[in-house]
This record gives sequence, structure tokens and C-alpha cells, in this order.
Amino acid sequence: MLSKILDRFGLGIALALEAIIFAVLSPYFFTTDNLLNVSLQISITAIIAVGMTFVILTAGIDLSVGSLVAVVGVVSTILLKADFPFVLSLLLSLVAGIALGTFSGSVAGAFITRFNISPFIVTLALMTIWRGAAFVVTEGRPVWDLPEAFSLLGGGRTLGVPNPTIIMAVVFVLAHVVLNRTRFGRYVYAIGGNAEAARLAGINTRRVVTQVYMISGSLSALSGILLASRMNSGQPNSGLMYELDVIAAVVVGGTSLFGGRGSVAGTFLGSMLIGVLRNGLNLLNVGSYVQQVVVGVVILLAVLLDQWRKK
Amino acid sequence: MLDPPRTMSLILEMQQMTKRYPGVLALDRVDFSLSAGEVHALAGENGAGKSTLMKILAGAIQKDGGEILLDGQRTKIDSPHSSLKNGIGMIYQDFKLVPELTVAENISLGNEPAHRGFIDFPQMQNTARSILEQLGENIDPSVTVKTLSVAQRQIVEIAKALSRKVRILALDEPTASLTEQEIQNLFGVIRKLKSDGVGIIYISHRLDELFEIADLITVLRDGTVVGTSSLHETNKAKLIQAMVGRSLEEEYPKIQLQRQNELLSVEDLNTPKLKDVSMTLYRGEILGLAGLVGAGRTELARAIFGADRVHSGTMWLLQKAFTPRSPKDAIAAGIGLLTEDRNLQGLILQMTLSENISLASLQRLTQGLFIDRTKEKAAAGEFMRKLQIKAPSAETVVDTLSGGNRQKVILGRWLMTKSKVLIFDEPTVGIDVGVKYEIYNLINQLAKDGVGIMVISSDLPELLGICDRIAVLCDGRMTGTLSRKEATQEKILRLATEFS
Repeated sequence: MLSKILDRFGLGIALALEAIIFAVLSPYFFTTDNLLNVSLQISITAIIAVGMTFVILTAGIDLSVGSLVAVVGVVSTILLKADFPFVLSLLLSLVAGIALGTFSGSVAGAFITRFNISPFIVTLALMTIWRGAAFVVTEGRPVWDLPEAFSLLGGGRTLGVPNPTIIMAVVFVLAHVVLNRTRFGRYVYAIGGNAEAARLAGINTRRVVTQVYMISGSLSALSGILLASRMNSGQPNSGLMYELDVIAAVVVGGTSLFGGRGSVAGTFLGSMLIGVLRNGLNLLNVGSYVQQVVVGVVILLAVLLDQWRKK
Repeated sequence: MLDPPRTMSLILEMQQMTKRYPGVLALDRVDFSLSAGEVHALAGENGAGKSTLMKILAGAIQKDGGEILLDGQRTKIDSPHSSLKNGIGMIYQDFKLVPELTVAENISLGNEPAHRGFIDFPQMQNTARSILEQLGENIDPSVTVKTLSVAQRQIVEIAKALSRKVRILALDEPTASLTEQEIQNLFGVIRKLKSDGVGIIYISHRLDELFEIADLITVLRDGTVVGTSSLHETNKAKLIQAMVGRSLEEEYPKIQLQRQNELLSVEDLNTPKLKDVSMTLYRGEILGLAGLVGAGRTELARAIFGADRVHSGTMWLLQKAFTPRSPKDAIAAGIGLLTEDRNLQGLILQMTLSENISLASLQRLTQGLFIDRTKEKAAAGEFMRKLQIKAPSAETVVDTLSGGNRQKVILGRWLMTKSKVLIFDEPTVGIDVGVKYEIYNLINQLAKDGVGIMVISSDLPELLGICDRIAVLCDGRMTGTLSRKEATQEKILRLATEFS
């Protein structure tokens, strides 16, 4: 009975415990302001983590996400400064940014499925390429002097809720529905569980895998635009090490790196667990160096718990 | 069955072995003994307790009760290490060899001859060579294991065990993927070991071969010993009855089938493995595909299923040209393939029974954007009942099912796609006698309903027992087709070895 409860709600219970501890230690923790703040802080990486969940469910990995955030950030902001009416240039920058991310994913998918190169290597190469490209197009300098209105996208609020939080919520709900209710979602799980068996059951595994990397690329691009908007600039060094934060959130959320097992609901809890931890440690004035250590330890504990409940 | 008197000395006595798992008594006071130079077979359905008994002997799990005596001495076996130290060797179905290492390195793995901390490679080679020669085998100790055939790997496993001075050797389903010739070769090695005084425990589902190689047989059922008997004093029917606890009228149920119109025809098919293969399959018949391992039987199945590239040749399905470029095409045209390796190529083990059954039919079960899960569960449940899949519910994860039930799940998948042609690759490997019978009946029923059935099997009695016609492949070429009346083991073997 106990193991069944742990199995189903283990991560939620861990998150609740964490929240209770911080609420006791800091009176500010359980305020609406602070909780919205946490959601805003996790939103950028959590949106990427949704795409990463799809990828990891197929037993793949996408290391290019952090560099994509940077290159899409600078490309979109450069386009934003084009000499068009604002609405047109905003539209252009959004479309081009998302298209760039999707294109990157389709390249990754093509190399992985057509030439049988491991996702790790392919996306490692793309990670280097996009980081380099971000510096090349900006000559290493940030893109400044953006139209004022652009910062509303990532910095504004709607009905008091930060816009990135709303976008994150929409992305999670859509992803949950896609994974659980559509054929595509079922195929993602099937391929991660056993790619050859999936192919022999008539699934076009190449197409599904490629689409999964396109989802990851486009969500990274979305995050890249939101981040650029929040910083009101295109920074070629933004998104550094995001890939690791994102993978950590997915794995803490219980998705197996071997594929076929996991959920976006888990990824949300994983993102929250790490986000609340960082926020709480900040409120308690714990230094950023110590925070790194604590976050690392919590990741190990969370994965250990996951191993343990599987037995 | 009675315990025959044995004159040879007992080297192993397992007395009153008991092992409990949560909810089941896996072994209930089981007695088993072995003499030097004796082949003692262990038979029983999956779950009867054979592997549990062997795992205790190998030190992989701990017994809950009973005694183990070696040469009459009470001995504690509490780890794989102590089992090995006491001269007990195990050869499992999935070998424990390292494919990237050489034969010699594998044989001495964990036991390398060394001088001052450095491995003595010449000595290692010599040891390996002398053991292989002693077994009468001509395997080069310096080649990597991954280049060897399954049969050769098995010999290397045996050599590895012998290098540790093993006196008791347990073989688990050693012939599961061997050809007739390789089986005879293995039996030669076993007879040699016998004459050297090694005691051999032999586990196999293939009853015929037990009569050939074993001296004694102990049958287990539900964790208890049904009986022990000399193989001279029993017969197949008695053994099956002992294993399943009821009598089966015959091993292979065969019904009279009315062959109908032409369903699938293949003309001059060429692939990297097949040369000019032609064949025809009719509705309502069971066509066997015989041949040695590597003759191209699986390749033919995969070519028809669109899983492998085809160089040239034409295929016709119901008089219409049929060129599947992927399994997806083949499935859409009405072909279903039950692969030999159900776990690696058939099932998604962490998915539920219902999800596995519906996997190839989701298109039909999708309403707008979404899978209609109510309809899906209902359809899966229907096949679960029809095929008598034993599982708590359609939501059970297939990982927990037995081999026979897993096979039925895949069959359910292809019934749901309404397959016109069903290809069974080794349909009963690793499946209990009782469930085998059910599978044969299902195959019969499908053929009667007008499905064209192809059965690939290395088990010749099985092919002879259930097929209407048997086509024989040798070295990628079709060497002949025999009707049920004319087919015999000898004729099939002659056709299967025409070019070798």
C-alpha cells in the first residue's frame, strides 16, 4: 500500500515536503508573489524540458538546446531591429526563430535516423555549431536597443501571471495530451521501449524520431525568444549549460534515460522540485556555490528514490 | 515412476530443496541427485521450478530449506563464487561471453594465467587450445567471440567451464538455436564429458532429444518432483502427461483443411541472402519453411514483410502486384509477422497488454486527433478472451507475462489488423508443452478461417506435425516443396543440405 502511494505520488510528496520545510524556514516562501516568481524562474528551462522529455522517451538525448536558445535569441533580436513596422518585424522574428529551432531538430533527426549516428554525437556537434554561430553573427557582442514592446512578451504579465508561466502551462498541457491521447504519443513510447519491435509493428520510426527532435528544437527556440525578451537583448552566451539543467529536470521527474518510461507531468514536478529548491535556498541566503552542491545532491537523491521504487 | 537403483557414486545430492517467493512456493521439498558420468535431464513447464533449482545450485539465489551434499559432504553454496569453487558450472541460454574478447581470453576470463601481474598470453592460448582439442573442436582460440556461430559460442562456454575443473555441468536449453548437425556435435561433446566422469544436468523443452542423450529424467511440476525415471522405462506421452498433469491426445493436433485460392506468390526473389526464391501460399493452408539456421528462412519472411531490402523479384498478393517498402506497407496489405525473438522484435515490454495488441491498428482506433481508448480496451479485451491470454487484465504490463502468453499477445496484434497472411517464425520456442498445444490449435483455427499461414521452425517433428506442405531452403535457395504425405525428416534434411 505504502509502496503504491510512493510509486504514484513519490515526487509530489517530495515536492510538498520541500515546500513545507521552506515555508517553515522563511515566512515569504508561501506568498503568491514568491510562487509566481518560482514559476517564472523555471519557465524557460521547463519549456525546453518538455521537448527533452519527448526526446528522452525515445531513448535519445538533445545536447543542442542551450546553444539553440542563444542562436535563436540573437537571430530573432537582429530580425526585430529590421526596418519594418513593429508588428511585422515581431512576427518575422518569431517565425524565423522557431523555424531555425525546428530546422536544427530536423537536421539532428536526419543524421540520427538516416545515418545511424548516436543522438549524443549529433546533438553535441549541433551544440558547438549553434554556439559558434551565435558568436559569429553578433561578432561576440550582445544585440541591444530592441523595441520597448518586445520585452512585454517575456517580462509582462497577463491577469497578474507572468507571460512565460502561462506559455509554460500551455506547453505542458498540450504535451501531456499529445503523449497520452494521440497516436504520435503512443509511438514515442513504443519506439523508446523497443525501436525494432515498433518498426515491425508498422510504425514509421524514422519519421517519429525526427519529429521528436523537431519538437525539442522548436521549444528550445521558443525559450530562446522568451529569454531574449526577458533580458531585452540577444546574448550569444545565453543558455549556457541549459542542456544539463534540462536533462536533470527530466530525469528527476522519473523519465528513464533508456526510453519508453516517463511523463511530462513528471518533468513538471522535476522542474518544480529543482526550482523550489533554488528559490528556497535563495530566500535563506545560501550562497550560489553551496546551492550548486545542494542541487547536485538532491538530483542524486531523487534518482536514487526512483530506482528504489522501481524494485 | 520409480527411483531406479544406481551403482555409480552420487556426486551431487540436493535434498528437500525449498524456495519461497512472495506469494508462491517455487520449490517444495525437491530431491535431485546426480552421479559422475551421468546425464540427468530436468524437465517441466516454465515455472515448474527448474531454473530456481539451478539458480540455487549456481549460488545465484539462496535456498529457504534443504541440504546440498557434494560427494556426500554437506556443502554450503552461498554465492556464485562458492558454486564455481566447488566444481559446478552453469551454461545459460543467453551466454555470458564477452563478444569483443578472443576465445582464449573468454575461456580464462577472471582466471587469467599471469606472471608478476602481467597476463601470460601464450600460456592462455595453450590452455584454451588444449581444452578445445580435448573437446574435439576446431576453434581458433585467437579469434574474437563475436565472429563465432551460436553453436561455437556454446562450445566456448563449455570450454570455459572445463578450464575451472568443473565436475558438475548444467546446460539450460543448449540446443534452442542449433541446427541438427550442430546438435549432434554437441551431443558428441557431452558424451566425451560423460566418459571423463563429469556429471551433467540437462534442461530442455525438446523431449525427443532427451531420449537420445539423457540417462535419467526428473520431471518437475509446480515446484514439486513428479517423478524420476530412467529414459528406457518411459516414453514421450508419459513424460508430457507428467509435465502438464493431464494427458494430451497427441502432441500435434491436426485438422483437415480445405486449401482455397492462391493468396501470396513470390517469384525469383533476390536479396543479399536469397537467390531466385519462388513460392506460393494458398488461403486456408499451413505452409512450413524448413532449413538449417542461416538458410534464409527468416530472411524470406522479412522480405515478404517489407522489413529488409529486396534486390529483385516480384510478389503477388491476391493476384495484385505487391511491393512492400516497409513493414507498414506489408501490414496495410494484410501481412503479419510473429518474430522469433518475441522480446527483442515483437513486444514493447513496458507497455500494457492492450497497448501491445493495438499497436499496429491505432489508425483504425483513432477518432479525429485522439486514440479512442474505450474502443481500444474493448477490442484488446476481446482478443484476450478469444486467445485465452492469462493475465489479470488488459492493463497488465506484458513484462510480467509468460512466454506463451506473450506469443498470444503478438498473435492478437495481427488478428486485430485482420491479417490475411500470418508468418510464424519459431512459434513455440521457449513455450510450455500445454500452451504449445493451444498455439497449434489457434494456427489450425486461423487456417480454417481462410488465413494463409507460414511456419518457420527448426523443430522438424513440429513442422511435420502441423503443416500441409513443407518448403525447404538451403543456402538461400528453395530446394524443394514436400506435401504432408511425402514429407519425412530424412527427405527434409536431404533438401536442407543439398548444397553443403
